[in-house]
Amino acid sequence: MTFSPELEAKFADLVTHYPEGRQRAALIPMLMFGQEEVGSITPEFMEEVGKRLGLNTMQVDEVVGYYSMLHKKAMGKYHVQVCTNVACLLRGGAELYDHACHKLGLGHKEVSADGLISLEEVECMGACSWAPAVQVNYDFHHEVTTDQLDTILEGLKK
Amino acid sequence: MALVNVTINGVQVQAENGALLIEVAKQNGIEIPAFCYYEGMSLQAACRMCLVEVEKAPKLMAGCTLPVAEGMVVRTESEPVVKARKTTLEFLLSNHPLDCPVCDKGGECELQDMTFKYGVGESRFTEIKQHVPEKQWSPVVFYDAPRCILCYRCVRVCNEGMGVGALGISYRGVNAEIIPSNGDHLECDECGSCIDICPVGSLTSGIYRYKTRPWEMEHVGTVCTHCSNGCKTTLGVRNNEIVRGNNRDKSGINGEFLCVKGRYAFDFTQHPERLQTPLIRNAAGELEEASWSRALKLVAEKFKELAGPDFGVIGSTRTTNEESYLLQKFARTALGTASIDHHRTGDVVTLIDALSGKTGQLATTEELYTTKAVLVVASDLSQQQPLLANKIRANVRHHKAAVYAVTPGPVREDKIARKSIRVPEADSLAGVEQLREQLSKESELVIVFGDAIQGDKVRQLVAFGESLGIPVKYIALVDYANSRGALDMGVLPDLGPGYHATAPGRSLQQMLDDPKLAALWVVGANPLKGGKSLASTNAFVVVQDLFLTETAQRADVVLPAASAYEKNGTVTNVCGQVQRLKRGIETVGSKADLAIIGLLARGMGVNLGKVDADAIFAEIAASVPGYNQLPMPVILTGGAVQTHPVNGGVPPSSVPGIIASARDTLFTTGSLTRYSKILNEVLEKPGALYS
Amino acid sequence: MKLFNEPSPLETKIISFRFGLENSASIDTYLANDGYKALRKALEMTPDDIINEVKASNLRGRGGAGFPTGMKWSFVPRASEKPKYIVVNADESEPGTCKDRLLIQHDPHQLIEGCLLGALAVGAKKGWIYIRGEYNYLIHIMDKAIAEAYNNGYLGKNICGSNFEFDLYTHTGAGAYECGEESALLESLEGKRGVPRIRPPFPAVSGAFQSPTLLNNVETFSSVPAILRMGGQAYADLGVPKSGGTRLVCMSGHVNKPGVYEVPLGFPLMKFVNEIGGGVWKGRALKAIIPGGSSSPLLKAEECDIPMDYDSIAKAGSMLGSGGLMVMDETTDMVKVALRIMRFYQHESCGWCIPCREGTTWLKKMLQRVSDGHGQTRDIDLIGDLAQNMMGRTFCPLGDAAAMPTIAIVKKYRNEFEEYVARNPFASPELVSIA
Ligand SMILES: Cc1cc2nc3c(=O)[nH]c(=O)nc-3n(C[C@H](O)[C@H](O)[C@H](O)COP(=O)(O)O)c2cc1C
Ligand code: SF4
Ligand code: FES
Repeated sequence: MTFSPELEAKFADLVTHYPEGRQRAALIPMLMFGQEEVGSITPEFMEEVGKRLGLNTMQVDEVVGYYSMLHKKAMGKYHVQVCTNVACLLRGGAELYDHACHKLGLGHKEVSADGLISLEEVECMGACSWAPAVQVNYDFHHEVTTDQLDTILEGLKK
Repeated sequence: MALVNVTINGVQVQAENGALLIEVAKQNGIEIPAFCYYEGMSLQAACRMCLVEVEKAPKLMAGCTLPVAEGMVVRTESEPVVKARKTTLEFLLSNHPLDCPVCDKGGECELQDMTFKYGVGESRFTEIKQHVPEKQWSPVVFYDAPRCILCYRCVRVCNEGMGVGALGISYRGVNAEIIPSNGDHLECDECGSCIDICPVGSLTSGIYRYKTRPWEMEHVGTVCTHCSNGCKTTLGVRNNEIVRGNNRDKSGINGEFLCVKGRYAFDFTQHPERLQTPLIRNAAGELEEASWSRALKLVAEKFKELAGPDFGVIGSTRTTNEESYLLQKFARTALGTASIDHHRTGDVVTLIDALSGKTGQLATTEELYTTKAVLVVASDLSQQQPLLANKIRANVRHHKAAVYAVTPGPVREDKIARKSIRVPEADSLAGVEQLREQLSKESELVIVFGDAIQGDKVRQLVAFGESLGIPVKYIALVDYANSRGALDMGVLPDLGPGYHATAPGRSLQQMLDDPKLAALWVVGANPLKGGKSLASTNAFVVVQDLFLTETAQRADVVLPAASAYEKNGTVTNVCGQVQRLKRGIETVGSKADLAIIGLLARGMGVNLGKVDADAIFAEIAASVPGYNQLPMPVILTGGAVQTHPVNGGVPPSSVPGIIASARDTLFTTGSLTRYSKILNEVLEKPGALYS
Repeated sequence: MKLFNEPSPLETKIISFRFGLENSASIDTYLANDGYKALRKALEMTPDDIINEVKASNLRGRGGAGFPTGMKWSFVPRASEKPKYIVVNADESEPGTCKDRLLIQHDPHQLIEGCLLGALAVGAKKGWIYIRGEYNYLIHIMDKAIAEAYNNGYLGKNICGSNFEFDLYTHTGAGAYECGEESALLESLEGKRGVPRIRPPFPAVSGAFQSPTLLNNVETFSSVPAILRMGGQAYADLGVPKSGGTRLVCMSGHVNKPGVYEVPLGFPLMKFVNEIGGGVWKGRALKAIIPGGSSSPLLKAEECDIPMDYDSIAKAGSMLGSGGLMVMDETTDMVKVALRIMRFYQHESCGWCIPCREGTTWLKKMLQRVSDGHGQTRDIDLIGDLAQNMMGRTFCPLGDAAAMPTIAIVKKYRNEFEEYVARNPFASPELVSIA
C-alpha cells in the first residue's frame, strides 16, 4: 500500500520526534492520521505502518484493538458521537442519544447504508461544562438540544 | 549481595536484599499463590492472587513484584489476605465458563487447585457470562477465550522463552484476549509451550483435546526419540496408546522446554504403515509376511553362512546404547567383520582427539545456560538443536550472556547476538577469526559447531579456542536421539566402544559401494534413502525397522522393530549426557532391536551373555571408558549424567566428507518424522518464523 | 477563539487571565501579557532555585492525585547519564473534567513556557504533550503555537540567546481513559497498548523511553510561569496551607451557569455553586455534588459546606481530584448515575488485572439489572461488597476510581436502590442457598 504525499510527509516528520531507535512511538499517531485518510484501519494499512516501524502485523493489531478511536470497520463519512457520561447524562445526554438513534435509524457503532453517517455512544469527551455534547468527526457541538441535533444531522446530509 | 532480615508470618528469615518476596517465601516453605507470576519470566503483577499484608503499607502489596528490605514484616495468611484471595478467585470465576467436567485441564488445572485451596464454595454471580466461540489457531493449538484468565504466561513463554513472539494481546478490558501471529492463525514453531504453560484449559492441544482425563493416563517419563538434544518427555499412555507428550514434571534437562516433536511427534508409533510382522522375499521376488520364528531362523542361518570380513553392518542413530553396544559386539565377534558403521552427523571423534590431555572441556546442555558467552558456528540451532537454542536464549534473558553467531544464513540467534557474522559454511573458521578480539575479552565460552567443522577444521577451531586464553568448552553437534551413543558404543569401522582403535573395516559408504559385499544388516537406519542403491546386487540384506523404508524395500528379510517409546535402555545426547528410556507402550508384532539381536545370536548358537537392557548397561558401565563411573542412581531415577570423555589420543577415524548432517528443520528429524501425521499437518502451514 | 462560558467576577484569574483576549493563543498576545517573562527569569536561576520556588508555591498536581509538584520535580535524578524528558498529560478524560482543553485552546504558550521551566529545572531537552485523540483540534492549535515558539527563539537551540535548548512535540492518543494514568500514558507514548507499568520505578526515575521523566498535568505546567513571576510564596498565599494557588474548576450538571472557573484553593464549595454557578437550576434543591471527577465519591448536599482544597475534601470523604465538579439536583436518579459511572469504568478498564477487569464487568451487569427493574435486595449488598473487594487490590488506581463512587452511592442512597428493587415483582427477599 502507498501513502498519499501528505501522509508520507506526516510520517517522515513524525518519526523525527522520538529518540533514535524508538520510532515505534510514531505508531498511534500514524494510525490516527492514517485512519482519517484511509477511512478505517485496514489490514494493508496495518501492515504498511508496521513494516515502516519494524513491527509485525500482530504487534500493530494488539495496539489497534486497544484504542476505542481506532476502527477496523469503516465508520461513516460523518461519525456522530453523542456523549452520555455523567455530566451529559445530567443534562439530557441519554435522551439526545436516543433521539439520534431514532432519527438516524442507527444503533451504537452502526453505519448508514450509504456510508454517510455513523453513530456512536461515547464516553466523556471533555465538554462536561457545556453538556450535552456531540462530536461530528472532530467538531464539537456544545449544549446540544434535540432540535439542534436535528439541524446538525440535516446539515450532514447535504 | 547484602542479606536482610524479613519476618514472614512471624518467622524471621534472611534473604538477599531486593529479592522478590514471592521467591523468598517459597525458599522458606511458604506458598504465596499466583497465576501470572512465573519463575524466570518477566513480571506482570496482573492476577493479584499474590497480595500480602506488609506492615506499614497502606494497602495489600503484590508479593510477586515486592522486593524485600530490611525489617519488612509480612503476613501471607492474615484475614485481609485470605479475603482478598477469595475475592480475586470469585472475580476470576465470575466470567469463567466452569466447564471443568469436559475441560482437558480438569484435574491438572491451577484455577481448580486454587479454588479448592483458597476459594469459596459458592458463587454469588448470577449474571450472564461473556461468551466468545473457541478458535483453532493451528492443527495443534486451540484457544478458548472464556476460559482464559489473562495471566500472559503464553505470551511470555512464546516471546521470552521461545524467541518466537507469535502470541499477543488485543482488545481491552473484559474483551481482552490472546491473539495469534497471523490474524486468525498461528505461524510459529508449534512447540505447544503455550499449551503447557497455560494454568487453565484455555489453550489446548489439537491432538489431545477431549481424548481422556489426566487421571486415566499412565505418565511415563522417557526421552524424546527425535533429535540429539535428549529432552525428557512424559508420555500420557492410555490403553497402550500414547495420547499426549509433555514435560509434566519439568525435571529433565529440558526443564520447561519441549519442541513440536517432543510434544506431538509420537504418533508415528500408531501409523497404519507400521510393520507388525516380519517380511521375507519370496521366490517371485516379493516381500511376503512371515512368522517371527521362520524369519529369525532364516536370518540366523544366512548370517552363519555369510559371516566374515565381507559382512556389512549398519547401526542406528536411534537405538539404545545397549543395542548399539550389543550390535557392534555381535558384529566384531560372532560375525567376524570390522565393517560396521552408522550415519555420522558430527565430528565428535576429532573433537575428542583434539582435546586429548585436557579434561572437562565438553559442555553440557546446562552449561549453555550458565556460561557467560556462547559462540555458535555453522548451525541453525533453533531448527536443528531446539533445546540448545532454548538454553542459550534463557541464558541471555537471565544472565545477559553474550552470544555470537557465525552462520551461512539468518538464524534466530541473530536477534539476541552481540554479533552475527554471515559467511559461507566453508569459511566458518575465517568468520570465527573475526571475533577473536571480542571473544578473548569474555571470561568463559562455549563453542557449539555443526558438521561444516570436521576433520582438521575441528583441530583449528580448538586451537583457536585454546588461544583465546579463557576457559573454553565445546559441543560438536550431531543430529539424532542416540547419534552420540552410536559413536561412544563404537558403531564405527575403526573404533570400538570408548573410541578404542580396532582393526579397520568399511565405512557406511564403502559398504554401499562394494560390489563384493556378501551381506548387509541394517538396524534402524535407512542408508538407501534418496535413491541410493547397493552396489552389491547379490548381498543378502536384513533390515530391522518400524517402516518399509527405501532400504527395507531392498531387503531379503525385514524384521519389525520397536521404537524408543516401546523399550527400556539408555541414550546419550549431543552433550554426552546419558538418560534412561522407559517403555511407554508395546506394539504388537514388533520386537526391540536388543531382543532381535539376542534371538539371532541364540539362533546362531552364539553366547552373548544375558541379553537384557540392565545387564548390558552393566557391561557397558564396566567396560566402556567414559561410561564406567556414571552414578547409576541418578540415571535410574530419570536424571542425566554426562559421560567422562576418553582422555587420550583417538586415532583419526573419518575420511573427509563422510560426516554429513541431514540439515533438518524443526519439523523433520530423519525418517520417523515422515510418519508423524501431526508434524506433516503442521508443516503444511507456511512458516515464516524459521529463522 | 470565543469563550464557552462567561467568566465570573468572583474568579481569581492567575492562569486563565488571558482567556478571552483577542488572539489569546498567539505568541504576540502572550508576549504582550507577561508571556515568557518567567522563562527569562528562570534562565538566570539555578535548577534548585526553580524547584524551590515551585516547592514554596505549594502547587499540587492538577491531574487528579494532587501530589506536591515541587517534590516531584526534585525526584528527577538530574545527574543521570540518560536524557531527561518532559511529558505533559493532556489526556483529560476523567468525566467531569474539561479544563486542560481550555488551557491549550486559549493559552498554549503558557503551557509551552511551563514545559520550558520544567526542562530547565530537571535538565530536559525534549518533551511531548500527550493529547487525547478526541481533542484533535487542540493538536492544530498546539502545533501552531509550538511553531511560533520555534520561530521566536523560545524553542529549539539557544533559547532566548542562552545555551538552553528544548524541543517540544504534540502526540495524539487514540481513545483510552487509562492512558491518562501516567505509566499507561508512557506506554502509549511509546506506541504500545495503554497498560500501566509496574511501579516503582516511577516516571521521575524511569519514564518515557526508560529515561527520567517529568510528567505533569497541563494545568500543573501552566501554573508554573505565574509561580515564577509572582514568586512561590505569593502564589501559595492565594490558597490555603498545603494547597497553594488557584485552580480551574469545571462545573457541570444541574447548575444555572455551568462552566470552567478559576478560584483559589480553599474557595467555599457552596459559594462556588451558588454564586459563581448561579445555584441549582430550575429552582430545585441540591441533592449531591461530585467534587473532583467521576472517581471521587459524591458528597450529599449536607456534606457540601466545606472549602475546596485537597485536605478539606479528603476529610469529607472525597477528593478534589481533577476539578470536575458535577452538581446534581433533587430529581437525580442515583441508580442511573451509579450505572453510568460503572459503565464508563468497565468500558475503560484496560483488562490487565483481574479485580478491575472482572469487578467492573460484574458490577456493570448488576447495576444494569437493578436499573432495568430486575434487582433483588441482596444485589444491593453485593454491589457494595464487590466494589469494596476491588478497592486497593487492583494494579492501578482505575479499579479504586470505579469502586469509590460506587461504594459512596450505595451507602448514601441505599433507599433509591431499594425502591428499584421494590418495583421488581419477582424480587425475593432472602437468598436461597443451594450449597
Ligand atoms: C485511571 C487514571 C486516569 C488518569 N487520567 C488523567 C488525566 O486524564 N489527566 C491527568 O492529567 N492525569 C490523569 N491521571 C493522573 C496521572 O496518573 C498523574 O497523576 C498526573 O498526570 C500527574 O500530573 P500532576 O502531578 O500534575 O497531577 C489519571 C490517573 C489514573 C489512575
Ligand atoms: S486497575 Fe487493572 S485492569 Fe483496571 S485499568 Fe488498572 S491495570 Fe487495567
Ligand atoms: S502473581 Fe502477583 S499479581 Fe499475579
